[in-house]
Amino acid sequence: MALLVLAAFVFAAGQGAFAIDAARLPGITWNAWLHWWQGTGAASPGASTEQLVFATIRLPRLIMGLAAGAGLGLAGALMQGLFRNPLADPGLIGVSSGAALAAAALIVMGALWFPSLPRSLGSWPLMLTAFAGGLVTTFLIYGLSQTGGGTRIGVMLLAGVAINALAMAGLGLLSFLSTDEQLRNLQLWLMGSLGSTRWPVAITACVVVAVAMAMAQRLAQPLNAIALGEAQASLMGVGVERTKRLAVVLAALVVGCITAGCGMIGFIGLVAPHWVRMLAGPDHRVVLPASALLGAAMVVFADAFARTVVAPAELPLGVLTALVGVPLFLAMLRQFRRLL
Amino acid sequence: MPSLNRRDCLAWAGGAAAAALAGPLWAQPARPVADAGAKSVMQPFVGVQPPLAAKRLISLSGALTEIIYLLDAEPLLVGSDTTSNYPEAADKTPKVGYVRQLAAEGVLSLKPDTVIGTTEAGPPVVLQQIAQAGVTVALVQSDHSWDEVLRKIRLVGQATGKQAQAEQLAQRLQTQWDETQAKVRASVAAGRAPRALFVLAHSGTPQVAGQATAADALLRLGGATNVMQGFNGYRPLTAEAMAQAAPQVIVTTTQGLEAVGGAEKFWARPELALTPAFKNKSMVALEASQLLGYGPRLPQAIQALHQGLLAIQP
Repeated sequence: MALLVLAAFVFAAGQGAFAIDAARLPGITWNAWLHWWQGTGAASPGASTEQLVFATIRLPRLIMGLAAGAGLGLAGALMQGLFRNPLADPGLIGVSSGAALAAAALIVMGALWFPSLPRSLGSWPLMLTAFAGGLVTTFLIYGLSQTGGGTRIGVMLLAGVAINALAMAGLGLLSFLSTDEQLRNLQLWLMGSLGSTRWPVAITACVVVAVAMAMAQRLAQPLNAIALGEAQASLMGVGVERTKRLAVVLAALVVGCITAGCGMIGFIGLVAPHWVRMLAGPDHRVVLPASALLGAAMVVFADAFARTVVAPAELPLGVLTALVGVPLFLAMLRQFRRLL
Repeated sequence: MPSLNRRDCLAWAGGAAAAALAGPLWAQPARPVADAGAKSVMQPFVGVQPPLAAKRLISLSGALTEIIYLLDAEPLLVGSDTTSNYPEAADKTPKVGYVRQLAAEGVLSLKPDTVIGTTEAGPPVVLQQIAQAGVTVALVQSDHSWDEVLRKIRLVGQATGKQAQAEQLAQRLQTQWDETQAKVRASVAAGRAPRALFVLAHSGTPQVAGQATAADALLRLGGATNVMQGFNGYRPLTAEAMAQAAPQVIVTTTQGLEAVGGAEKFWARPELALTPAFKNKSMVALEASQLLGYGPRLPQAIQALHQGLLAIQP
């Protein structure tokens, strides 16, 4: 799996509208690193255009793609484990759109509500807002679909549909209130794109996702126990409620952070854990990290296509992930229709 | 998303990101990129820059592209945005995407040394990335005025190294403009400023133009009053608001008419039936890029609009 990610990364690094000879990548990367290390910045006088394009545009994009894919894969695996249901997905049950709605509200209304919000805070308010939106949505869905014996999938999916509809309505209202420029940006953002990734955000996302992955690993065993049933897990001495809360917070954190960074990227969280389970079985100790890795590879691949198919223009990333994700999702629905 | 260069880890670790660009979202004016080594003109071009004299030029504005062709500088043009569709030859240049949805790598892949556009181009992050790659980025402040057209002509003159020709073109257009504006002023002074409504119907629900739009400024320059007051940007057309606003004439684009299937179909919209304009089917339709592009065809557009308005209001 790690090899797959590496392959995707190297493949995508050599792909792009701006032609960079793959054989020269190591040299370019090394030079960029050297320049950075010497503190001259990416745009040092001695840097070639190739190096600039790679270091300031393509590389942060790749890193962000890895982080976003890993985060979404992880969040999907956590939610599917938590809800004990293969159809749970941050996008499907409304977490992504909840995060997007919160962030979009801040974008369009921010100037109105918090005129004193200093720009110097950078993207932190937005990231936190998206996180809060994702968290509220997750708890709402979770609370609605809880019954004595576990979560009711029908209720969860319906709640997700309702939340998605509400978020769409909210976004529609915001786009009505927004200026032309904001509207264009909103649309681009709803489709998901890595096009505006800069280093600070890419690195922030990386740190958040890495921490989340490390913490999620400690949930693997409890989630395995929960898979047998919550009562059973309690008897085995697993802190069920604590596990659930932590899983929900982690999933909301990574999804909120990624949504704030690059918009809504659909279906990765749904499909990646699923493939992993087909290949490697249901043990969460494997499923959690492998889903993250597979998600990362998927997003990096998808973005490589987004960047090259209609070069020199670009496709929104969300379009591509949905194009691949939806047929897979429908196939899965067919398989699991008995459960719904 | 913070839009700063990779200066050092402290910048983001402390959360003290310099400027906020929330994903591709924060709409903020382009700022100079404080970056040693990257020569960037991220502020609107003010005409005191040294001549740019590009070898490979990309235009991110239909009006700028038009001027490039007027100055016979099209051999320098290696790419343009999707709004650059006039003259026809401009349509054949490689397209780097829609003016507000550019991709940095795509623009750079055409290996430009200079990129010119208006402040409507974006997202801002992408423009900064282009500038960081050592490409000169010069933008014209877009404020929907005659001066904007002159600024565009001077920028293209600088960028293509044809300042003299640009100056001649500017003077020629200025003469046209003064004539047109004199006529407009005369009829406004005579109390003939019809109540007009601008309808944009390129796709989906027709939208009407409020304040702070290219169309609003255009109606004013053409000697009409915009009936839509009290909101900025475009809003969907609604029947009651139409009846309330009571426009005497509808101004729209020929592309919009084509999109709905001709003037007949256009007037068939129930929202319009309650307006004074409907009685005589009073409409002025002009080609969109001429009407809203604020380029070298603006004097002609204003003249055509003004004449159309006069014909409706004897």
